[in-house]
Amino acid sequence: MLGKGVVGGGGGTKAPKPSFVSYVRPEEIHTNEKEVTEKEVTLHLLPGEQLLCEASTVLKYVQEDSCQHGVYGRLVCTDFKIAFLGDDESALDNDETQFKNKVIGENDITLHCVDQIYGVFDEKKKTLFGQLKKYPEKLIIHCKDLRVFHFCLRYTKEEEVKRIVSGIIHHTQAPKLLKRLFLFSYATATQNNTAADPKNHTVMFDTLKDWCWELERTKGNMKYKAVSVNEGYKVCERLPAYFVVPTPLAEEDVQRFQGHGIPIWCWSCHNGSALLKMSALPKEQDDGILQIQKSFLDGIYKTIHRPPYEIVKTEDLSGNFLSLQEIQTAYSKFKQLFLIDNSTEFWDTDIKWFSLLESSSWLDIIRRCLKKAIEITECMEAQNMNILLLEENASDLCCLISSLVQVMMDPHCRTRIGFQSLVQKEWVMGGHCFLDRCNHLRQSDKEEVPVFQLFLDCVWQLVHQHPPAFEFTETYLTVLSDSLYIPIFSTFFFNSPHQKDTNVHQRQLSLPLTQSKSSPKRGFFREETDHLIKNLLGKRISKLINSSDELQDNFREFYDSWHSKPTDYHGLLLPHIEGPEIRVWAQRYLRWIPEAQILGGGTVATMSKLLEMMEEVQSLQEKIDERHHSQEDPQAEPPCLLRNSARLSSLFPFALLQRHSSKPILPTSGWKALGDEEDLAKREDEFVDLGDV
Amino acid sequence: MASSSTSKYNSHSLENESIKRTSRDGVTRDLSEAIPRLPGETLITDKEVIYICPFNGPIKGRVYITNYRLYLRSLEMDSALILDVPLGVISRIEKMGGATSRGENSYGLDITCKDMRNLRFALKQEGHSRRDMFEILTRYAFPLAHSLPLFAFLNEEKFNVDGWTVYNPVEEYRRQGLPNHHWRITFINKCYELCDTYPALLVVPYRASDDDLRRVATFRSRNRIPVLSWIHPENKTVIVRCSQPLVGMSGKRNKDDEKYLDIIRETNRQISKLTIYDARPSVNAVANKATGGGYESDDVYHNAELFFLDIHNIHVMRESLKKVKDIVYPNVEESHWLSSLESTHWLEHIKLVLTGAIQVADKVSSGKSSVLVHCSDGWDRTAQLTSLAMLMLDSFYRSIEGFEILVQKEWISFGHKFSSRIGHGDKNHTDADRSPIFLQFIDCVWQMSKQFPTAFEFNERFLIIILDHLYSCRFGTFLFNCESARERQQVTERTVSLWSLINSNKEKFKNPFYTKEINRVLYPVASMRHLELWVNYYIRWNPRIKQQQPNPVEQRYMELLALRDEYIKRLEELQLANSTKLSEPPTSPSSPSQMMPHVQTHF
Repeated sequence: MLGKGVVGGGGGTKAPKPSFVSYVRPEEIHTNEKEVTEKEVTLHLLPGEQLLCEASTVLKYVQEDSCQHGVYGRLVCTDFKIAFLGDDESALDNDETQFKNKVIGENDITLHCVDQIYGVFDEKKKTLFGQLKKYPEKLIIHCKDLRVFHFCLRYTKEEEVKRIVSGIIHHTQAPKLLKRLFLFSYATATQNNTAADPKNHTVMFDTLKDWCWELERTKGNMKYKAVSVNEGYKVCERLPAYFVVPTPLAEEDVQRFQGHGIPIWCWSCHNGSALLKMSALPKEQDDGILQIQKSFLDGIYKTIHRPPYEIVKTEDLSGNFLSLQEIQTAYSKFKQLFLIDNSTEFWDTDIKWFSLLESSSWLDIIRRCLKKAIEITECMEAQNMNILLLEENASDLCCLISSLVQVMMDPHCRTRIGFQSLVQKEWVMGGHCFLDRCNHLRQSDKEEVPVFQLFLDCVWQLVHQHPPAFEFTETYLTVLSDSLYIPIFSTFFFNSPHQKDTNVHQRQLSLPLTQSKSSPKRGFFREETDHLIKNLLGKRISKLINSSDELQDNFREFYDSWHSKPTDYHGLLLPHIEGPEIRVWAQRYLRWIPEAQILGGGTVATMSKLLEMMEEVQSLQEKIDERHHSQEDPQAEPPCLLRNSARLSSLFPFALLQRHSSKPILPTSGWKALGDEEDLAKREDEFVDLGDV
Repeated sequence: MASSSTSKYNSHSLENESIKRTSRDGVTRDLSEAIPRLPGETLITDKEVIYICPFNGPIKGRVYITNYRLYLRSLEMDSALILDVPLGVISRIEKMGGATSRGENSYGLDITCKDMRNLRFALKQEGHSRRDMFEILTRYAFPLAHSLPLFAFLNEEKFNVDGWTVYNPVEEYRRQGLPNHHWRITFINKCYELCDTYPALLVVPYRASDDDLRRVATFRSRNRIPVLSWIHPENKTVIVRCSQPLVGMSGKRNKDDEKYLDIIRETNRQISKLTIYDARPSVNAVANKATGGGYESDDVYHNAELFFLDIHNIHVMRESLKKVKDIVYPNVEESHWLSSLESTHWLEHIKLVLTGAIQVADKVSSGKSSVLVHCSDGWDRTAQLTSLAMLMLDSFYRSIEGFEILVQKEWISFGHKFSSRIGHGDKNHTDADRSPIFLQFIDCVWQMSKQFPTAFEFNERFLIIILDHLYSCRFGTFLFNCESARERQQVTERTVSLWSLINSNKEKFKNPFYTKEINRVLYPVASMRHLELWVNYYIRWNPRIKQQQPNPVEQRYMELLALRDEYIKRLEELQLANSTKLSEPPTSPSSPSQMMPHVQTHF
């Protein structure tokens, strides 16, 4: 597919000039004509954003009260987004403008947010990619934030159909160069206001000072030191410029294998035990080199085993724990459950909902991650052990598990700033390959694995189970998950700090960036490396790893005893991981499905009550303060008008009110066979002999 | 770890003030003094046993059996476990192990309870202690088989509120604006002669005479004729309930019944059809013809439209709940939780019941058509549908007293066979008449309250206490099958009502988020995406699954409420102080704002 994807019609290089040709409306369109002529909905472009192609008289399907109706408008594609400009936008504008995404409108889809595109040809749905021979009458776009758009092109001019369809396919599906990311055009256009907001205290971990601060905060500075050996990425491009290692570790050791095989500090617990991570040494066939590697690792282990260091337990994350392949497969099944085309599909899948959920394994993977994090927490908290996480690159499951452990053990990570700093420390500086894992450049579907999404989902479980322990709500997490696909923020658009630094600085030079495609194709399966690690460390590991029974007992006891005590929201926080406790993150996954909307209900109903009460208490507080200061009578002022507590939908703040009437939504599917209960079903409620009537 | 289990077990116990006084130290000499006792409750026996706790292993304890409850206190110093189980909850008592049983704790009793748990006690093989305990338990758990009265008739509790006065049918119908031009109140059933399972007071169409009613009764199963349950305050459409028509194999007709339904239809002039919801699956309705029942076919009832709601019968529901117990007790199915849950079909049944009720409510509210609801006898599925639809349509029923009235009216007075469905004091645990129909209704209410957390005045504890006393036999509320039986037994004179307990302690059962909204119709989303297993009820005995009580958001809200009240009080005090000070020159202003605890909350 690579290279062949450039379509003549709407290729990125020869984008058609913006043309605002007014269109002829077909007879069958019944809209208020006065409105049509007067209102030309304008396209809002961001600084640096360019219109690439467009089509008019496109019909967008809107579902309302289990029947679909259409809205006419223009479908445009820019170098940032696909946008639909509906003719009745005004109605929406008046509606709920109180909460609105400032960057992405209701009908905007950033190019990176597009997941799959389908075309409908004679009622048949087909995946669209590459060059098309025939153009569809309907376009269905599945988004990575799980929105589904239906656009009917039947009334659009053939030429425009060709242009918009091939344009959209090209700009969203074809492989891209890093330098083509909208990020860069946006940054150029808004250069002067890229400076960091002084109020923002998120620690970026891009200076030695930041790491020292973190060491001090966690009291890890006795045994660990921040090093600048990788300044300018001299040693390794996968590591950040500054990081933290055990104090006695020599800097030459870091350089020896380009930072591989080095225990890198993540976090220190109040009792002195620490969480460390290590990437594997390069695979070697040669016995001599293997021998060298072995003695090197032995040396490293000796260093970190010597007092004052705690006993180290190695946790091999590339072993039997969880593979990236599993995560990928599970999520692709799981997301399909929410990408629903219509009401019929919703109710058809409703009957089998629980088994469909289970067969995706997504919730089970969440459970396994949480369980692993609890096990590690137990070792650190109860057994005073150091934990060394091992993974080939130490940049996928290492990021996930280490940040989960910190969210559970360190209340600072449950504040907004603390959480952002954690993401910055473990994920961005930890070299998680966001570019590849999100497949932002569409270069390899195989590398696309929602590891960060999995992390957010695990954190959501904790937020859902213990809301008072977090400064942020689930909505914060949902918005954060959306920002993965908005190429305005650079946070989630690079594979490593090195890649970011080189590109942001050298961008002006327009260097060919093809080589920056991070790593050569590498599978997820790392059985070989896995063995390697085990072989090299075999003895020590076997000494340290408890027998699995004992491990289970420790885990059970720790878990049960924590849950039997009242929760201290400012202390250690553990999730419940039993079957009924791991749930679907409804806000993120169900928010665009009108059938799943509870009008005037859901958790938002209690949340808004809570907010109202807070406002009331605050205003009372102010009044009391005021009274103390000036002795005038505050009764004169009108009673504080609280937020209009209009009924919000359970989908708030994401979906606008999609149902305006109070009609209930009724399941359309029937009853599933009862199987072995068929006999019972046929029985009478009571044996009644009505024969004599 | 075991020592921490006290609070958990205590918190699950049925509401009882005396529990709070229970001493935890266990050194009290007079042990019988320390066990909670209701007025009228007498201690029968006590024994040393080993309680085999499915979660924490065997615990040595002393069990006290009274004529009301089984009470166990652990004798181990490090575990302060307490079990407090009303004998009414017991469904079955089995002996386990024989005289030759060798294994540790293999000889004793296994008690199956109606509230999703089993209790196992190990006893010594020598000295007949098991036989004694078995006999005493059997005697007092199943008093009907031993010609003993149910405990409700011995209970001498006094409350400052009389729960029996909560429901007065005349008042309730008056609240609905009845009687009116189209509907009248009739006393034809005063002595339960027309229908022995209906209440004495009925609301029927004005144009139907008492003779008409008698003739219609001959054509409805068990004489349960169509009568009004609820009338829409604005459009005057009605929900009418009844039993199936006696059509039979030959397809019998009854002119009076046809005319009667037409009269009902005509009370509402907005639509030309009467909508009939038959709660059963259509195959069952057809099959019912073989035993003389059936449904209203449209070639006979021209002005009616019939829909089947596909809700299964009491046997299916009973088996479904059994499967739920299998996956949650004692251990929660872990690795395949979701598919196991699905295979119980429990939530699927809930979905169908809710879907049916939504249809009824919507037809009345926006379809502007009167609705007639029946199943076979009109006392199980019909009660579920009418009461849930009423709960959706009428916000009054979402208050604590309103809900009590709803239960009292649609379930108790209209003859849901509580006695047969629950088996109060009856030892026949395999009785095919038993079925968790009322529990299923309460579960539906819980699902609604979960989806609309601000719409109900009551909280989850309210629903759970109702279910606890559905089995306990401490109150007369749910005893017997119908009003006529209750009257014969003088239940209101001789027993206490559950509503007395609840209404004299209302604060405990209130939902702090409740926002009264008159005229708000509430349609829950009957999708599996939103339905969930009621963990706090079905899995409440498992200390691992236990949810935080009260939930943290609720707790935070209560704190804010308290803070608000405090501030309002302070503001009033300040105003008062100010008005007295007005004449005087202002004193040196200190900075009292520093004294205020400033609002700090994460939400």
